[in-house]
Amino acid sequence: MAKKTAKKKQADFEPRIVVFACNWCSYPAADNAGLARMQYPANIRIIRVMCGGRVNPAFVLKAFEMGADAVLVSTCHFQDCHYIFGAKRAAENYERLENVVKLLGLEKERIRLEWISAAEATKFARVIREMTEEVRKVGPSPIKPNGRPDMLPDKIGEPEKVHI
Amino acid sequence: MSINVSALRSTNVLHCLECGKCTAVCPVSRYNHSFSPRRMIGRMLSSGNADGLIDDTLLWTCLTCQLCNERCPQDVDFSAMMRRIRIDAFSAGRRPAYSHGGALQSTMRIMTAPDLKQDRLKWIPKDLKVRKSGEDVYFVGCLPYFDAFFTDIKMDMLASANSAIRLMNRLGIEPAVMPDERCCGHDLLWMGDEENFKRLAEHNLKIIAAAGAKRVFFSCPEGYRTFSLDIPEYFGTLDFEVVYFPTFLAENLDRLPLKSNGKHQVVTYHDACRLGRHMNEYDSPRALLNAIDGVELREMVRHGAGATCCGTSAWCSCDMYSKQIQSERLRDAKSTGADVLVTSCVKCSVHFACTQNGPEEQDDIRIPIKDLLTIIAEEVE
Repeated sequence: MAKKTAKKKQADFEPRIVVFACNWCSYPAADNAGLARMQYPANIRIIRVMCGGRVNPAFVLKAFEMGADAVLVSTCHFQDCHYIFGAKRAAENYERLENVVKLLGLEKERIRLEWISAAEATKFARVIREMTEEVRKVGPSPIKPNGRPDMLPDKIGEPEKVHI
Repeated sequence: MSINVSALRSTNVLHCLECGKCTAVCPVSRYNHSFSPRRMIGRMLSSGNADGLIDDTLLWTCLTCQLCNERCPQDVDFSAMMRRIRIDAFSAGRRPAYSHGGALQSTMRIMTAPDLKQDRLKWIPKDLKVRKSGEDVYFVGCLPYFDAFFTDIKMDMLASANSAIRLMNRLGIEPAVMPDERCCGHDLLWMGDEENFKRLAEHNLKIIAAAGAKRVFFSCPEGYRTFSLDIPEYFGTLDFEVVYFPTFLAENLDRLPLKSNGKHQVVTYHDACRLGRHMNEYDSPRALLNAIDGVELREMVRHGAGATCCGTSAWCSCDMYSKQIQSERLRDAKSTGADVLVTSCVKCSVHFACTQNGPEEQDDIRIPIKDLLTIIAEEVE
């Protein structure tokens, strides 16, 4: 019974994947993929950053906190980095992130680090296709339905008013 | 926004004489001259509203180390007042400047998700005896996360937890370690996120009850404080005993097979503020250190109730002033002539190690930092 519902869930489930793409390689790759009319699932939300090295583990954890099912960090190849060592820093940051994500018990499919140059539009489309399929198999993030993200409240709460 | 009056009453703020002793001892005011507890109280009471305070970034600067409470002739609980106003500020949408981009805060909030299945017990070596449930529970706290996250600080942060379990085993206790334990919520509470603190506390109380605990051991001062004072404040009396493990150890020293490894080392002890001023626990760490033959304890000038804080709390508002406070404390430690600085709180160690790794490359702040329980565990056969 439980298995059936799980399967049904899987079929309906459209993962939400946050992509951090660097301004110089991966973001143009996504652009080129679009220009060339390459097909890939519409499950991603791209956030452009100037450099993959800027993607602090905090950004990815925040994305999970706010309900992302998976996060892709995509940078230049090491030798192409616009900022010389940014891609290397991205890899270092990713390592720390991986440690924390492992402890939190999230599946390894939920995070991915990729190196996609501006010329690799096909690779971009392929990575997104692969990742969407993998995450679809893993299912929704456990943090999504009940985890309360730290978002700003709509209304400003008033504490009790007493005159002194 | 008007002032939360019950907060004023419960923290004695209305008794303030504006004598300024708080500002005189405050480790933050010493370096950050725009921060003054006396002025903050005065401003709030004279203007009759807390608006200015809620919007002020200085609200998040206080370390809540309670050094001012210690000196206050009128028993004003400034740290508690900061916490109350932060709760109001947080619900009004204000946020402190998170350190490390907020990674640790996000981790804490992610832990409020009930369906999370953590994988947090991999670090326990095979030779240590632990159980899944039992009357004695060891609450590990955030150590596995710190060890995973702070890879740039070359420090074994799990050594403390390892030593705690090793020593428990020595005393014949096989503690239960809970795979689904969550953050104790200390940091979220002290930066005003009351809602998520409650969520974490509820979850922890549930799993501690499920483990069948009668006694819960803590080796982390913050967890100890939170379970001793804050969780009972929100959830009423607990069904289990909250025990600070080093205190328990000090009471059972005669059962511990201490050996002398022939090494003579001079140590100095840094009082964590959550342990010292918050929980009034000064003697047991010292009793433990004094019980070891080869260890000579030399006190820093400011120790016990007058000890200065490690400079950062709740992973927020870490700035150049924090670094100055940390450097000063490290210089204090070094000037005792000690070989090792002993701390009881892993966070203090992280903060000190971070300063030592920082751009300030002065020899007068280089002193090896060691955890209290690790030093004891090394001396036990």
